[in-house]
Amino acid sequence: MSQFGYKGKGLEFLTSNKIEIGNQVKIHADLIYSGVIMPRYEHSDDHHIVLKLKSGYNIGLELDKIKKIELETTSAIKKEVIRRSSQPNPKLPKILLLSTGGTIASRIDYRTGAVTPALTAAELNASVPELSIIANIDTEVLFSEYSENLLPEHWIKIAEKLDSYSTSEYDGIIVAHGTDTMQYTASALAFSLAGFPKPVALVGSQRSSDRPSSDAALNLIAATRFLIEIHSPGIFVVMHNNSSDDEIACNWATRVRKNHTSRRDAFKTIGGPPAYIVKANSIEKDKMFDIPKREYVPKIKFDSRVLLIKYYPGLDSKVIDYATDSGYRGIIIEGTGLGHVGKTMYAAIEKAKKNGVFIGMTSQCIDGMVRMTVYDSGRDLLNLGVIPLGNMIPETALVKTMWALANSKNSDEMTKLMKESIALEFSD
Amino acid sequence: MSEIQIDKIGLLVGLEIHQQLATGAKLFCRCRPIESDEYSIKFSRKLRITSSELGEFDPSAIFEKSKEKTILYSRNPESSCLVEQDDEPPHDLDHNAKETVLIMASALKSNIFNEIYVMRKLVIDGSNTSGFQRTMLVSTGGNIEVNGKKVGVQSICLEEDAAKLLQDSKDTREYSLDRLGIPLVEIALDPVSGTPQEIKDIALTLGRMLRATKRVGRGIGSIRQDVNVSIEGGGAVIEVKGVQKLDQLEKVIEYEAKRQHGLKIISEKLRTLKTEKIIVNEDVKNVIDIFKNCKSKIIQKSLAEGSSIKAMKIKGFAGMFGWEPYPGIRLGKQLGELVRFFGLGGLFHSDELPNYGIEELEIQQIIKILDVGSNDAFIIVAGNEKKLDIVIESIIKRIEDAKNGIPAETRAATITGETVFLRPRPGSSRMYPETDIPPVIVSNTEIEQAKSKIPKSWEENLLALQKQYELNQQLSAQVFDSEYLDLFETICKDKKIPPNFVASTLCGTITNLERQGMDSGLLKTSDILEAFSLVIDGKIAKESLEMIFGSIMSGKSKTISEAIRSNALNTIEDTELHKILDELVESSRKIIEEQGLRSMGPLMGLAMKTLRGKVDGQKLNQLLENKIKIKIDKK
Repeated sequence: MSQFGYKGKGLEFLTSNKIEIGNQVKIHADLIYSGVIMPRYEHSDDHHIVLKLKSGYNIGLELDKIKKIELETTSAIKKEVIRRSSQPNPKLPKILLLSTGGTIASRIDYRTGAVTPALTAAELNASVPELSIIANIDTEVLFSEYSENLLPEHWIKIAEKLDSYSTSEYDGIIVAHGTDTMQYTASALAFSLAGFPKPVALVGSQRSSDRPSSDAALNLIAATRFLIEIHSPGIFVVMHNNSSDDEIACNWATRVRKNHTSRRDAFKTIGGPPAYIVKANSIEKDKMFDIPKREYVPKIKFDSRVLLIKYYPGLDSKVIDYATDSGYRGIIIEGTGLGHVGKTMYAAIEKAKKNGVFIGMTSQCIDGMVRMTVYDSGRDLLNLGVIPLGNMIPETALVKTMWALANSKNSDEMTKLMKESIALEFSD
Repeated sequence: MSEIQIDKIGLLVGLEIHQQLATGAKLFCRCRPIESDEYSIKFSRKLRITSSELGEFDPSAIFEKSKEKTILYSRNPESSCLVEQDDEPPHDLDHNAKETVLIMASALKSNIFNEIYVMRKLVIDGSNTSGFQRTMLVSTGGNIEVNGKKVGVQSICLEEDAAKLLQDSKDTREYSLDRLGIPLVEIALDPVSGTPQEIKDIALTLGRMLRATKRVGRGIGSIRQDVNVSIEGGGAVIEVKGVQKLDQLEKVIEYEAKRQHGLKIISEKLRTLKTEKIIVNEDVKNVIDIFKNCKSKIIQKSLAEGSSIKAMKIKGFAGMFGWEPYPGIRLGKQLGELVRFFGLGGLFHSDELPNYGIEELEIQQIIKILDVGSNDAFIIVAGNEKKLDIVIESIIKRIEDAKNGIPAETRAATITGETVFLRPRPGSSRMYPETDIPPVIVSNTEIEQAKSKIPKSWEENLLALQKQYELNQQLSAQVFDSEYLDLFETICKDKKIPPNFVASTLCGTITNLERQGMDSGLLKTSDILEAFSLVIDGKIAKESLEMIFGSIMSGKSKTISEAIRSNALNTIEDTELHKILDELVESSRKIIEEQGLRSMGPLMGLAMKTLRGKVDGQKLNQLLENKIKIKIDKK
């Protein structure tokens, strides 16, 4: 049993002294300390209590050293005041902000002491008042999760929500999303909502919005400008283009990858420049970027029985056998170089194919095309029925396979879908 | 105007010392703290204001935000990484820095917490890329003994040093990241009453205690004193930041005492006057048309930049802006400082006009437009339209505060020992827990270990230094208190050079050159080491060091070898030396015949003319004497 992280001796101490979190107290120990009792992180021990001193510093006081605790006033913690955003201006374009969680909306979590998704979309809008000058922003909280906790079911939820707004009055939609799996969600939306008539920007932040240097605000402002100034339909990932606060890249959903654990400019378009770059006074389009016209027919279904596997020297082919035996319907291989795996894999691949498992080949090189006709090993794999997937990013290929499996009647149709460009997933 | 009686105003001064630690790493990454001037990585940022965990905004952060500057950063990958760039979470706390602060806290008998929380102290002027300084309260209480009296310790914190400001212009501010993240110990002492000299003694004693740990940085900027100054009945405590030298400390305290007491006198007088609140819509007017042909350079410049010009009437304030209870202390100057910190050039007030190119005709027009009565005062201020309203709001607030005496603010020490407005006093709402780092646990074993490592006292250290290097007491004290102790010990390690000479060069020669106006900052530690090793190897003469250091400190030479070359200081070969001396003795035959050995003096003088710095003085003396003797004997 724990309360605000206090358990065992610590909790007993507080209850027996009738002290609650947020109380202003005076503690007699080696010296006398005045301050506010703060919550304690869940993974901490039970023989300290946390006090916020007048100076703002938090300290941990050892229970054994406390001689007396006196209550001064009851609640000192103020509820966060959310300033109402300014009155909507009917002349401005309308934007919808869907919140799903992630660093863009994080504040301290007293359960673990780390940051956790907590800010609602409304709070976010209020904390970036510049937004109200360029657009009227409505907000809606879809869920509040770290993106590593998202499942294909969450993609479906987001896609269905977007679909419900496909003919709405909104000029565009922002999806606030954790960065860890943002590229998967982006691909999932790009395939399931191919031809979506409105611009959609997935926006995240690498540095949480509770710090003055957060990249969240600028990413949001740039995304809003991109949606209302360019009107380019489709799904984009809008994040910093470099470490400076001066360029924001709009990356096309199926061509983007998180390439750094912490930098602001972690998201890169693979194999070319970003589709658009938002600068202080202009938005520049990449000359080569062009969205094919496509009728909007939403296909919001995924089959998650797909395995993404990286080949490496010594990989046990039993992994593939296990997938086949467990009913997996697709395997995406991150092969070496131009798209290879060692001979030791052949038997397992053959068996999988015989059982109707789709096997697609991408490269672990990340950049460049898969060409399986250059070496014998590539040709062997082609003969076994492995489908080369050009320069599709492995993660995109995984999502596309989940989507294609759920939206095709048989394996021929499935293979055709995989080879066809649905959402600019090939960039050759 | 009168003389201030500093012992009668209830002056209280609390010292806050910030000492860089020399742990060889930054506090939250393993980058080496080195100073550089080449930065291969550049980036720019904007900082935003955020609320505290209790949901409040900090007043100094709101103020800083109102200035809205773009921050440019320059970084050298040798001295900083993605952590300083705020593109990577902090690494673990440097254990060396942790141990050092525990030793210092133990030496000051301070109560150390078993659980330390790293906090983010909001600082959005750009000096921290993250927008906050990481800081942790390590201990409270304790004391230090100064001249037989105990001075209480309030708190000891371990924190990160800030980035170094390279440039501050109207819309941008530029920092280098070399210094960002260097561990810093902050020790705040109880406020004490005493003369500025006594306060200086406290700072000196504390500084000596810190240096005795041999784990602190030395050199200018490695120790900074902040002082919290208040006077009786004055109200607010004023925090003065950035006193770098002890001599400056005394002056700053004197100035601040005078300023605060002056403002108190002004407030008392204001309370006797019939003043009225300033109403923005009535008393503030746009007056740009009046100044279209104004001769004032400041106004001309503002017009050229497309600025707006506004005038403001202050009822009942006639004469109050220019009145000086003490020389140089007046309300007008306080307002000037305030607007300058918004990036404006300054303001004009009615007590100083006509002047600065503003003429009677323009003044009359303002009086008319604002309906300024004989008891009223007015202010003229020019600047960017968007900014101007914020500035005017601050001016009004400051004028209203003037009645209450001394407004709480943070001020900066100037090199001349005055103080200028820096920002409003920050509060506790600028603290937020650092979510990237779990609480730091301090075990009782660690505290016991720290206690066992408490350094020897200053006196004991001096005795040891005296004994080891055979220095006299004065010289050993000078070495110990100087920034050169480590360097001194390095140079004298092998005893190849007399320690007395090294000590007097480091503490005497260099200081003398500084007094002549030269900059010791140009002289790098590596330069000094190089020069002494050249002396040890006999490549240059001892006597040449002054010229070499002078050459570098005056900016004439960049390196030791350059200084040697430009001053032609290479030692000469013995054969060459003999030849020169032989020629000299030969041509001075007459003097030698007349004066015998007494001719040494004048001849030595002649020899030094050509040989200064190229030959060891003693050696030259010996050789010349021999040659003269031979000459006499031959005779």
